[in-house]
Amino acid sequence: MTLLVILEHDRGDLAEASREAMTAGRSLAEQMGDDLHAVLIGEGADHLTDEAAELGAQTVHVVTHDILTDYGPDAWAESVRQLADEIDAAAVLAVGTDRGNEVMAQLAARTDLPFVANCVSVDASDDEGWSMTRLQWGGSLLEDSTIEAERKLVSIGHHAVVASDALAPGAGTVEEFEPELDGSHAVTIIKDRAVLSQGVTLSTAPVVVSGGRGVGSADGFGILEELADLLSGRVGCSRAVTNNGWRPHADQVGQTGTRIAPEIYIATGISGAIQHWVGAMASKRILAINTDPEANMVAKADYAVIGDLHKIVPAVTAEIKRRKGST
Amino acid sequence: MRILVCVKRVPAPGAKINVTTDGQAVETAHLGFTTSPHEECAVEEAVQITERMGGEVTVLTVGPAEAEEQLRYAASVGCHNLVLVPTDGLALDPQRTAAIITETVGGLEADGGGFDLILFGNESADSGGFQVGVRVAHALGRPIVNGIKGIDVEDDHIVARRAVDAGFEVYELPRPAVLGVKEGINLPRYPTMKGRLASKKAEMVSQPIDAENGGQVMVRLHRPAETVKETVMLGDSEEAAPAIVDLLEEIGVLQ
Amino acid sequence: MSDFPSSAKVVVIGAGIVGNCVVGHLAELGWTDMVLIEKGPLPNPGGSTGHASNFIFPVDHNKEMALLGEQSANQYRDLDLSVDSGGIEVARTEERMNELARRMTSAKAWGIEAHMLTPAEVKELVPFVNEDIIKGGFYCPTVSVVDSLETGTVMRKKALDKNALEVFANTEVLDLETEDGDVAVNGRRRITAVVTDKGRIEAEHVVIACGVWSNRIANMADTYIPLVPTVHQMADVGPIDVLAETNNEIGYPIVRDMDTFCYERQSSGSMEVGSYGHRAILHHPDEIPSNEEAALSPTEMPFTPDDFDEQMEQAIELMDMLGDAEIKYAINGLLSLTPDGMPCLGEMPDVENLWSAAAVWVKEGPGMGQVVAEWMTYGYPRVIDAHGADIARFYDEEKSDEHIWSRADESFIKTYGIVHPSEQWGGQRNLTTSPYFSRQQSLAAEFFQARSWERPQWYNANNDLVERYGLSEREVEWDNRWWSPITHGEHLNLRENCGVVDLSAFQVYSLTGPGAVEFAERLAVNKVGKAIGTSTYTPWLTADGGFHSDLTMMRMGEEEIRVVTGVFDGGRDEFWVRKHMPTDGSVAFQNVTMGITTLGLWGPKAAAVLGQLTSHDLSQEGSPYGSIREIDVAGIPCHIFRISYVGDSGWEIYTAWENGPKLWDALFEAGESHGIRPTGGGVYGSSGRVEKGYRLMGAELESEYNPLEAGLARPKVKAADFIGKEAYLAAREAGDPIAKMCTFTVEDNTDSQGRKRYMQGGNEPILTTAGERIVDSHGRGSRVTTASPGPSVGKHLLMGYVPTELAVIGTELSVMYMNELFPIKVGAVEGAVFDSDDRRLKA
Repeated sequence: MTLLVILEHDRGDLAEASREAMTAGRSLAEQMGDDLHAVLIGEGADHLTDEAAELGAQTVHVVTHDILTDYGPDAWAESVRQLADEIDAAAVLAVGTDRGNEVMAQLAARTDLPFVANCVSVDASDDEGWSMTRLQWGGSLLEDSTIEAERKLVSIGHHAVVASDALAPGAGTVEEFEPELDGSHAVTIIKDRAVLSQGVTLSTAPVVVSGGRGVGSADGFGILEELADLLSGRVGCSRAVTNNGWRPHADQVGQTGTRIAPEIYIATGISGAIQHWVGAMASKRILAINTDPEANMVAKADYAVIGDLHKIVPAVTAEIKRRKGST
Repeated sequence: MRILVCVKRVPAPGAKINVTTDGQAVETAHLGFTTSPHEECAVEEAVQITERMGGEVTVLTVGPAEAEEQLRYAASVGCHNLVLVPTDGLALDPQRTAAIITETVGGLEADGGGFDLILFGNESADSGGFQVGVRVAHALGRPIVNGIKGIDVEDDHIVARRAVDAGFEVYELPRPAVLGVKEGINLPRYPTMKGRLASKKAEMVSQPIDAENGGQVMVRLHRPAETVKETVMLGDSEEAAPAIVDLLEEIGVLQ
Repeated sequence: MSDFPSSAKVVVIGAGIVGNCVVGHLAELGWTDMVLIEKGPLPNPGGSTGHASNFIFPVDHNKEMALLGEQSANQYRDLDLSVDSGGIEVARTEERMNELARRMTSAKAWGIEAHMLTPAEVKELVPFVNEDIIKGGFYCPTVSVVDSLETGTVMRKKALDKNALEVFANTEVLDLETEDGDVAVNGRRRITAVVTDKGRIEAEHVVIACGVWSNRIANMADTYIPLVPTVHQMADVGPIDVLAETNNEIGYPIVRDMDTFCYERQSSGSMEVGSYGHRAILHHPDEIPSNEEAALSPTEMPFTPDDFDEQMEQAIELMDMLGDAEIKYAINGLLSLTPDGMPCLGEMPDVENLWSAAAVWVKEGPGMGQVVAEWMTYGYPRVIDAHGADIARFYDEEKSDEHIWSRADESFIKTYGIVHPSEQWGGQRNLTTSPYFSRQQSLAAEFFQARSWERPQWYNANNDLVERYGLSEREVEWDNRWWSPITHGEHLNLRENCGVVDLSAFQVYSLTGPGAVEFAERLAVNKVGKAIGTSTYTPWLTADGGFHSDLTMMRMGEEEIRVVTGVFDGGRDEFWVRKHMPTDGSVAFQNVTMGITTLGLWGPKAAAVLGQLTSHDLSQEGSPYGSIREIDVAGIPCHIFRISYVGDSGWEIYTAWENGPKLWDALFEAGESHGIRPTGGGVYGSSGRVEKGYRLMGAELESEYNPLEAGLARPKVKAADFIGKEAYLAAREAGDPIAKMCTFTVEDNTDSQGRKRYMQGGNEPILTTAGERIVDSHGRGSRVTTASPGPSVGKHLLMGYVPTELAVIGTELSVMYMNELFPIKVGAVEGAVFDSDDRRLKA
């Protein structure tokens, strides 16, 4: 019996998520006492077999077919389904990325088997039924679950395991597999790619520099604009600001405004009402600049500076300019 | 253009979600309920498409009788037909939900004609199974792509854009098609007062349908161990500026 | 951030508008070593302040609420955190137009500018109003919109800047510790410490300013603040161009659509539509989520749209543009309701130095903060007499969840309702009844509730008196509401024959022990330590020399004083005794109310009736005025107390509770041939009293007035010390009182429509004949404190204070009622318009 791990790659570059998949796969295969197989699909995948072996694959299946030029959920899932049948896989595993979950869902639909998405731990010691813990509510809650199925379909939550190298590489036997696919499977293959042409939006900006009541006036946002421009970011604001008419509603971050998820959220003069927090909480990092050390925003931030934004923001701008000038 | 949007009633919790003592559900004693955010965007997208092109939007939910609230909300922002499949007290897994929806869609299409487009949210806000839409599409024999943040309806096909790091992947699906929509595709409108009042009068069809559960069984819900986060203080004046810029460099937002 | 302190002089719990204003005012009054604890973050901890609609309509019929609202509005103005937007209450019905006329009257009483507007004039000020559906408006230009969160921050900073305060946000109170202290003597424990998740603080004083959570915190000290978190729905709709174009947070007057219990208040480019028209939605404090659990904030609960739909339709009727605006934000916002609609301020009666500053809304926050700070500093508030808000006013029967929930359920709709001054509650009745209750029910008594007590206001069984005396209903329904000509008949019968009044609701206390007389002297202005069997009617003063109470103290024995006070002030008076009594064991206190029942028997035939039941000498020699005699009445041991609050000779007869029914039956049997009638509170508390000019605590008597002004000063001041003596002596030395209590006769009750009208005693302003306000040199406006018919003088009577120079019999003035002027004359100064030389009493 085997455990089959779906590896993701973007036209020849192995995704970080695939290293997580193999890390989880090794531990699962050990529990199951089964062989660890990996599957690579589509153009450029054949370059990755060594890497898959390094990550512990006993066997690496390279799936090729004329229509497998680029990613497509139907084509990928149908290929995996046929391969899993061929090698009589006891379980198929992916990482819960957009693609990983999509392919697993397609696979589950095709086989009418249960699929458990975004697990953080799996107990596979019992062949009959597995038990696992998975993410609900985007990770705010955990769900303990069991499945019984002749083939277990599971994805591991992205970033739920820390990717690591195998103690010893797997044999890495490469096996070619050509599935039977037809035009119907090609319907959902990527037709084209587009690069963002318009400027960043508030919801997609990597940096959001936001101001609250503490900015004091519409004009006060000038210093935030300048900093945001330097960082290729956007300016946001709190509800108090739009209520005062200092910024348009489109700039409002919050429950009733825009929800953002930048790399860093620089919140200046914002107390951090829940209404606002709900819109900002998905930010990867938060830097609060506030005169009040007890402000909610300060308590919830990763980083904070206690002081007057009207002095601190221009100082940051000046420091960035100085460093840019010196390089 | 006939569009079906499938929505799910979910609690609207704060930052901390509590679980009932039996571990079987989210404690909703003081919570309101809403539509999963991705689905709220799917509703908005459907309404915008019919506003541009004409047609009707049907909204379907499988859930408790109270899910009428979410259907009426959809009506209040411009949806036309409301369908509730009441499943009070039933523990639904994704396979069962998908089977119920598939059968319901079959009935709706037999009565009122086929849907040109069926929209799901990418995943539900609560259980996050990432599969119901795909299962329904497969059962209906229609193509589906998830993670969609842009839709153009053409005469005989639909162009769907999926957001990836560098931009968009573009898919071209023949009609009828199914899409899993992601938040960010649009900014959903709020209902107007008149919209809200009109939604009270919208006709709602309630039709019980059931199916078999699949093989996944939820044992219990629980909260992850709390991690106490300390705020890192970078300073108390403009002299913190270098430390701030160091941070910006470190996380790679300053090139 | 400083280390968490282990002790403090004052710990204030809660940093909403109230807690912040308390620390700000305490700091101004010189307090230091204060700690402010807040469970949530700052500046918006997530309580009701954070979602308040933040506007102040200064006109209220209630004096405390009106003047503290005005006081608060001015404090916001002084901080420059207020904008005078103006506000209009619009009427859709004739009944509401009458209410707006009543609002005009109250505006005049408090000196607040106000105008009646035609529908067209409303539209001129607010162009998007549909003038076709309204009949008019009440416009108040000084309606203001305030920034309550920023005000809280500024008030807190005031204390911080004086180094008087440390602030700890995100700190949860886990327990309040008390020690027994002198509980065995005065029934009061003492607050000692506040336990939080950051540590324990020993504190001399603790203030609970926790808004909707206040009772939960009070429960930690095993005490009770009667309030219930109640939903007030609001929705923000927009954007709306006409509003956005003002480029202002508020550019148009606030509109209160009174008949739909709704308001429309601009908030920048949106309109906030708020409702008090939905069903009462009540929550237990434990149901309120934490900051972490709440989707918005703890007090912004999930909106229940079904409850709001009707309001939406009505809002669109009034402002069509609202219909197409998006509902951007809608909440079930929580606020606090109490059993009687008044706040809960002051020291907890059962826990020394634990203070309540609860059930206060943003509109009165700064003023109430000042009240509590002054109370802590001076022993009683100075800015206003806050007796109506005193936490000590509640009886135990009023301190249950069941009671509060019922009252809140009934009162929520009254927020914008038209509430008659005499309006009675529907639910939570018969909480405390007298021994005669079943007899009174069979006499078809109309019961009025006094706090928890049921008292007959009149007896429908006396309906025949209406015909006997040729009486009639009043012409206007409003004047007739909660009134009956029967009460008129009972009055005339008492003057002609005699009547029996159930006085069981009297609150009766016993002070015993070697220090009882000395302690009684300390409480009372007048000398109590006289011969056994004598009584003293006396004020109790605050330290500042204003009235805290007026009551009767009786020397029952060498070491025994009995205190008899009215039911409305029983809670406050008992607290006052417990607070001030010596703790050395020299005095024992006992509330004997439920053991003693009292019947009043008065009228020209009273002696003839009582004489049949006792052999005791009932003449002025055998039973002198003011004396207490222990005798048998119909074989029942009683105390007879010769006194009268109605102007006719007679007695208060005290006996054991269980003997009451027998005494009642004996009196009626003996009185049958003397025209005896059961007589209600309409005579005892109103017409009989007012004809005699007798003052009532809470009406004529308040801490803002002293005994000189009330006409209750004796020629000499007793030698013994008493609370308020210094201030009282200073007032006497300052010369004549600047204002005097007068009784006025209404000279013509006819209004502009030719109808006879009858003032209700709801603070109607007493004005010059030209309709100008009369204000004394202390800034106190003249107003009606009590109004009542005077059946025996044939005129409607009013009581109230006017400046001394106007307090001359015959002075012509006017009173405003329903926004019309009626001519009045001073009929008596510190005396009676009926039997002014008290011949009937001496009979």
